[in-house]
Amino acid sequence: MDLSYTAEEQAFRQEVRSFLEEKLPKEMSDAVREGRGLGKEGHDRWHAILNEQGWLAPNWPKEFGGCGWNAVQRHIFEEECCRAHAPRIVPFGLSMLAPVLQKFGSKEQQDYYLPKILNGEHWWCQGYSEPGAGSDLASLKTKAVREGDHYIVNGQKTWTTLGQYANWIFCLVRTDPDAKQQEGISFLLIDMDTPGIEVRPIILLDGTHEVNEVWFTDVKVPVENLVGEENKGWTYAKYLLTHERTNIAGVGFSQAGLETVKRLARSQMHKGRPLIDNPYFAARVAQAEIDLMAMSTTNLRIISAAASGQAPGVESSMLKVKGTEIRQEINDLARRAAGVYAMPFASEAVEGGNEPPIGPEGTAPVAAQYFNNRKLSIFGGSNEIQKNIIAKVKMGGRA
Amino acid sequence: MNFDLTEERQMLQDSLRRFLSDRYTTSVRNEILESEAGYSADIWGQLAELGVVGALFSEEDGGFGGAGFDISTVFEELGRAGVVEPLLDTALLGGGLIAALGDDSQKELVEEVIGGAVQLAFAHGEPTSRYETSRVETTATVEGAEIILKGQKAVVVNAEAADHLIVSARESGDVDSTDGISLFLVPRDTAGLSMHGYALLAGGRAAEVDLDGVRLPETARLGAAGGAYAAIADVLARAEVALAAETLGAMETATELTRQYLLTRTQFGRPIGTFQALQHRVAELLIELEQARSAVINAAGHLEGDARLRDLNIAAARNLIGRAGRLVAEDSIQMHGGIAMTQEYELAHIAKRIVMAEHRFGDADTQLERFLDLSAA
Repeated sequence: MDLSYTAEEQAFRQEVRSFLEEKLPKEMSDAVREGRGLGKEGHDRWHAILNEQGWLAPNWPKEFGGCGWNAVQRHIFEEECCRAHAPRIVPFGLSMLAPVLQKFGSKEQQDYYLPKILNGEHWWCQGYSEPGAGSDLASLKTKAVREGDHYIVNGQKTWTTLGQYANWIFCLVRTDPDAKQQEGISFLLIDMDTPGIEVRPIILLDGTHEVNEVWFTDVKVPVENLVGEENKGWTYAKYLLTHERTNIAGVGFSQAGLETVKRLARSQMHKGRPLIDNPYFAARVAQAEIDLMAMSTTNLRIISAAASGQAPGVESSMLKVKGTEIRQEINDLARRAAGVYAMPFASEAVEGGNEPPIGPEGTAPVAAQYFNNRKLSIFGGSNEIQKNIIAKVKMGGRA
Repeated sequence: MNFDLTEERQMLQDSLRRFLSDRYTTSVRNEILESEAGYSADIWGQLAELGVVGALFSEEDGGFGGAGFDISTVFEELGRAGVVEPLLDTALLGGGLIAALGDDSQKELVEEVIGGAVQLAFAHGEPTSRYETSRVETTATVEGAEIILKGQKAVVVNAEAADHLIVSARESGDVDSTDGISLFLVPRDTAGLSMHGYALLAGGRAAEVDLDGVRLPETARLGAAGGAYAAIADVLARAEVALAAETLGAMETATELTRQYLLTRTQFGRPIGTFQALQHRVAELLIELEQARSAVINAAGHLEGDARLRDLNIAAARNLIGRAGRLVAEDSIQMHGGIAMTQEYELAHIAKRIVMAEHRFGDADTQLERFLDLSAA
């Protein structure tokens, strides 16, 4: 047992920290810290800064233009980015599609798509969920029928995050309606400019436009946009989901969130004293911090095992559940800390805008964030599904 | 022991529930939420006509109710339907303060409130007072025949719609002393009073109010100089019973929406309500709901009695509902999944009402602290 980072790892952390100090624009970190949206331009700008540095794709192998970092380095990078309030890297192309193309895509697909993910020419979104296929993803109904050199796609996807900015979408489609559920699914890459595609906004309960419905009506997709083999899409989809679940613990987000709570609680007054001195509130913060300290070590244990080549099993499901519970608890603490100033609806604060937010610094977005982050335990395989996975492995009929 | 509503209250509950389920549909409410005013004058008028406002005042004050169980009956229904119209602000707080402290001429406003003609707001909380009801830094200074108000008021709900604001200000005593606080009836268009309005996350509107040397005649004062705190405490007690009952109503709706959704939403080839893991969670919500119902009964039933016992039961109800409400709101969203995250689905608004209620008059922790203080007293 040794809980400390190696000298190389510490040097790496310092390198990342210096880079962020130098290259992360202040207005961007301010926006992230204050819970304001960045818009497409903001995301594109940060994407370009990271690409310039060669640090855009921490999880890609070097031969594809990635950093070739190990799991510990990726963790350090993630932690430092959260600490510096760097924008989240939009994961759909970089962390979800790219690993699938690298493992299952053709050479032509790799050569064509991967550089365009890095240079920002392609903004990808994810066409997985459907109105009738949420936790039961394999029941999806969007169908693709082969006609000559094309597939004709009809159906509807939903919860498509940032689909309003995307110009490409990777989709799970049903290509064999007669096969058993998981066996008739294919993985298709679709240009969003193709006629017959319509993106409709879904406004979330905090007033933000973050997700969309994507409708397909007789959309013609060239057959070369099929990834891997027809009807083998479920295998690729599952592979992608294991990548979606890396960094699922969100340790960095929780650490940054806890700092925000403490900062708020130091400035908010309760009966003439800073709220942080109130034992009831302080106890809640301490409990969240205690949980986070342990979860952070669980996360490192799994990362460390992965770095030495062990594939994570149910641990990633455990991290998803505990990690999202802690993040949501921290959101709840921030809401509490804001007191009456949690009440104003801060659409300006959330979506970005010029109007100064209502209330003391930092209070404006917290209630909206509390509601928005209820999604954490719903998406990426709901926490109930994660518990099913844990139970199936650990309680699956074997003594 | 008898836990049945009186015949009058039963009728009130029935007619209000019928009116709201006919007229206050999700689409109507979503339109109101999007509107500039943040509430519907039309619905307000109809609620007044139905006697809902009158039910919140005693006969002595021109109403036909006003007791704890009248308040809880009305607000539970408002909560069930997610009503955002400012009954709490105009009737219970504003109307209640004028009824408690006003002279005959001031009290004419109460009659107008009951008739639905007047809107009020209680401008009491300040940027640093949080949930402390006696912390008033706004000052009232007598200058000859005039009184001058200076200070800032925070998150004044219904301020923009209000014809009059009831403003608390200190005439003497330390910033957190219960002695020395006065109330003033201030027409919204009075010179020196300005406001910056905004929408609230859970519906309705509020404003930051600036009092920059507002000059009032002595007749604007409600009751005796420096002696308003007892009435403020009484009226806040009524408002807290109302808020607890409203949250209970919203919790009922959230739980029922969830129960119904689980019976119809199919995944893995069966309604998800057939999974025992989810059945148990609904059972837990139903258990908490009955706890919340009893807590509201305790609070409403003690509203007219001894003040310490009243406040103890209110703190208990608000703490319990703060905890249970969070569970109901969060679990209802979770069991629904993505659909409950959308603005237009009914549960989104209901869940926001439940959670954001904690931010008026003190969250679960503040109520726990208050309960312990009162227990030790």
